[in-house]
Amino acid sequence: MPERTARNGLGWALGSILLLAALIALPHLLSHSQQEILVLLTINVLLVSSYRLLTLTGEWSLAHAVIMGIGAYASALISKQLGLPVPVSMLLGASTAALLAFLLSFPLLRMKGFYFLIGSFAAGEIIRLVWKWSEMTWLFGGPKGIKLIPPFPDIELLSLSVDFYDPVNYYYLCLIVVTLSLFILYRIERSRIGLTFHAIHWQDKLAQSVGVNTFRYRMLAFVISAFFAGLAGALYAHYVGTVNPNRFSVEDMVYVLIWAIVGGTATFYGPILGVIALTVLNEVVLRALDIDQMRPMLYGAILIVSILFLPKGLESLVPKIKGWLAGRRDRRVVAKRGAKTEQPAQ
Amino acid sequence: MTVELFLQTVVNASYAASYMALIAVGLVLIFGVMGVINFAHGELYMAGAYAVVALYAGAGFPFFAAVAIGLVFVGLLGLLMEYGLFRPLRENPLGGLIASIGFLLILQTIAVLGFGVRMKNVPPSTQEKIVFENGVVLTYQRLYVIVVAIVLLSALWLFLRKTKFGWALRACAQDREAAALQGISINQTARLAMFIGAALAGVAGALTAPLVSPTPFMGHTVIITAFIIIIVGGIGSLEGAVLVAILYAFVNTFVTTIYDGTIANIVGLLLMLAVLIVKPTGLFGAKERA
Repeated sequence: MPERTARNGLGWALGSILLLAALIALPHLLSHSQQEILVLLTINVLLVSSYRLLTLTGEWSLAHAVIMGIGAYASALISKQLGLPVPVSMLLGASTAALLAFLLSFPLLRMKGFYFLIGSFAAGEIIRLVWKWSEMTWLFGGPKGIKLIPPFPDIELLSLSVDFYDPVNYYYLCLIVVTLSLFILYRIERSRIGLTFHAIHWQDKLAQSVGVNTFRYRMLAFVISAFFAGLAGALYAHYVGTVNPNRFSVEDMVYVLIWAIVGGTATFYGPILGVIALTVLNEVVLRALDIDQMRPMLYGAILIVSILFLPKGLESLVPKIKGWLAGRRDRRVVAKRGAKTEQPAQ
Repeated sequence: MTVELFLQTVVNASYAASYMALIAVGLVLIFGVMGVINFAHGELYMAGAYAVVALYAGAGFPFFAAVAIGLVFVGLLGLLMEYGLFRPLRENPLGGLIASIGFLLILQTIAVLGFGVRMKNVPPSTQEKIVFENGVVLTYQRLYVIVVAIVLLSALWLFLRKTKFGWALRACAQDREAAALQGISINQTARLAMFIGAALAGVAGALTAPLVSPTPFMGHTVIITAFIIIIVGGIGSLEGAVLVAILYAFVNTFVTTIYDGTIANIVGLLLMLAVLIVKPTGLFGAKERA
């Protein structure tokens, strides 16, 4: 981690302000349909970042899309059936996802690696089957899911009224929620807890032998990542207005996996880079060529190419580009100096 | 449950057990030799079914010629996967699995682009059926599946036990490095396992095409079932895969007949979760694999 000198800190602050300004200005540069995609992209950033927290402990789950769905279903049901206000139902939905993850962690976290992968896959499929089950239609609506989910209520602030039916406003709402969530996730990763997650990933026996309760920490990672995935699901449900079991299928899970892998999971920004790059590629390239049916093939090809040729993800390019830029600058400085003092550069 | 219904369900379960065993054994063989779980296995099954759609229902080939071509074609797809994906990623077991997910998406899209997303109806190759005295019916189409599965799996068993290639394959599955030290070519063995494993999935798809109405997404349910079977049977155990395929098919068919399909699927998945928790090596798996 680079040292935070005063100059560096100023750079950080300036960069953050510029980024924030760009993010606030962004929707006004886009068409209506692009604004809608921007909302979904913001939600997906939270989804894939929450997934990364779980991968810190070395586990790759195939249930994450379903856990997002739990948040979506729970928030939709709580606001629709119990009539609670939507902001409250969103938090309760996320908590439901966390609670279910807590319960699921007892069987699932007894497994590791490949077994965990398959076990989480099975658990997710069971939950999806329950959603689809004809006996549970009265609650979950069967394969058609839940429709007419109450939208996020308008905010009346003095003379200003904010209507969240407008994607721009909903985008700002998501931006606030997601930025706050990412900040929390980042702090968790940089805290003692996050360091313990890393330790469990790379040296689980050693961590155990110095007194770390690895089961409890893996459970913690699973529950926290489920909470934020559930929050992403709740944001999704009250924006789109309907949820159904097919929205949280294996295919959707595969996309989360692809974003994380193409971006890389070694850094905090890797998965975010992945989801943004692939969404832009998807919307710009595929829409321009009008070959929406080719989407899975393109994603499959990208996945294969990136795992074969860029196994550390897009994030591994960032230091290379940085190094290349810095190298060029250094060379220029050296060249200038060399010209002045007539000394050959080393 | 009447006796007739019971016997009919037994017949139906035998058919389901046959094609599931073909698929699961292929998956186990690939895992045993290469250490990779092939997520695209359901799509290899789908490719076999579409070979019959194209050749038998489309181009008018005789049914068994189409099945044979489908077998070879899917086997070649397997070789392509081995050469393009699993060999470069041999040091990275999770990488092979993820690459096979990418391959799955590609195969699915090819099927969608080539044949559309709708179900394809494949006419049965024969209308003949055996009617037992108490009214239980076994169509020839289903009988073919049962017979071919028994023949192919017996042939595979003999091949693994009696031939040099089979010994090499089993040696690789036990310990790849030790096998290499004995002069066994890992690449050749991997090719062989991948061809056989893929071809078994392909032949299962080809034979069942007239019975299931192929769609590009038919691999999904199949791969879940195959996972259940190989986990319960013990990953890496061929005998376990066959026995659990039979067990699973009977449980699933009976629960479906008595209650409904969703409960049957949930029961299967819960069974797998229970095995994963209690005995992750499976009922017939001998040892933990790294």
